[in-house]
Amino acid sequence: MIPLIEEEVVNKKQWVSKDEMLDLIAIAQSCPGVFAINIATFIGYKLNKTRGAIATTIGTALPSFLIILLIAIFFHQFEDNKIVAAMFKGIRPAVVALITVPTFNLAKRAQLNKWTLWIPIVSALAIWLLGVSPIWIIIIAGLGGYAYGKLRVL
Amino acid sequence: MIFLSLFYTFFMIGLFGFGGGYGMLSLIQNETVEHWHWLTSSQFTDIVAISQMTPGPIGINSATYCGYTAVVNAGYSAPMGVLGSTVATFALVLPSLILMILISKMFMKFMHHPSVESVFQGLRPAVVGLLAAATLLLCTADNFSTPTTDWWQFMVSCLLFVAAFIGVMFVKINPIRMILYCAIAGLVLLY
Repeated sequence: MIPLIEEEVVNKKQWVSKDEMLDLIAIAQSCPGVFAINIATFIGYKLNKTRGAIATTIGTALPSFLIILLIAIFFHQFEDNKIVAAMFKGIRPAVVALITVPTFNLAKRAQLNKWTLWIPIVSALAIWLLGVSPIWIIIIAGLGGYAYGKLRVL
Repeated sequence: MIFLSLFYTFFMIGLFGFGGGYGMLSLIQNETVEHWHWLTSSQFTDIVAISQMTPGPIGINSATYCGYTAVVNAGYSAPMGVLGSTVATFALVLPSLILMILISKMFMKFMHHPSVESVFQGLRPAVVGLLAAATLLLCTADNFSTPTTDWWQFMVSCLLFVAAFIGVMFVKINPIRMILYCAIAGLVLLY
């Protein structure tokens, strides 16, 4: 989605400069929440403060919202159709695989080494086997990162 | 009351959903399937599949779908379902709206502060764990069947899992195309 946003915002409408866009992208990616919404809010705020931010957010969310709503409403009728059911039996394992792939890619990008490998392993086991909420993992990991950063300076 | 729970849950997901779409997926999965049982495991996997094939971020797609399905499953009418999806989606984007405006207004300079950077440093490996957990939690009978209930479906499911993984990870097949191939395979093999 990023190239699309860049093309529209930087090149066509020229609402922000290329450099500013790169900075916004970096911040929006690091922050929680939907990336596209984060970026939209930034740009909307820059152009027209809070009202602008609300406008861009609604604009970004609305197409997906409407499409999925339609699908949700009508999917029920199709769910029990034998053809659709068979197709989804094939789709489901594929989707699980499609989530496995970014796990490995993220692991590569996180540059895990023997000192940090325990973090994803412990997190995954805590969530999977102990039923710990991922939210707690996020909070602990954030605090841990903060504490580690402070300790390193000492 | 379900609407309050939807609002609270998706607000938290929007607030703590680090790691982009996939990181958020782990939170959504944990809350909607494991915690509240608003969706079954296969319903959740279905929305991930649909989300891959439709435009838009998975967070918004999941919130909309889950909001609708949760309310309708609880026995309400379809228009109430629409309200549910609206509440969930609104709750999801609200923290972003507030946070990004705050950052734009006053915290822009703090984003590059070393303390903030070290917080993100801690989050990065944890998000990998979140994703791994989501994957593990999706390996269910709902999605794969079991050797005892339907060994044929189980074998085909495992095969499709491996094929999809190799296809997307190494052969670099487009994920949407992969889903379509597996849909056809499902039709041929699992009708």
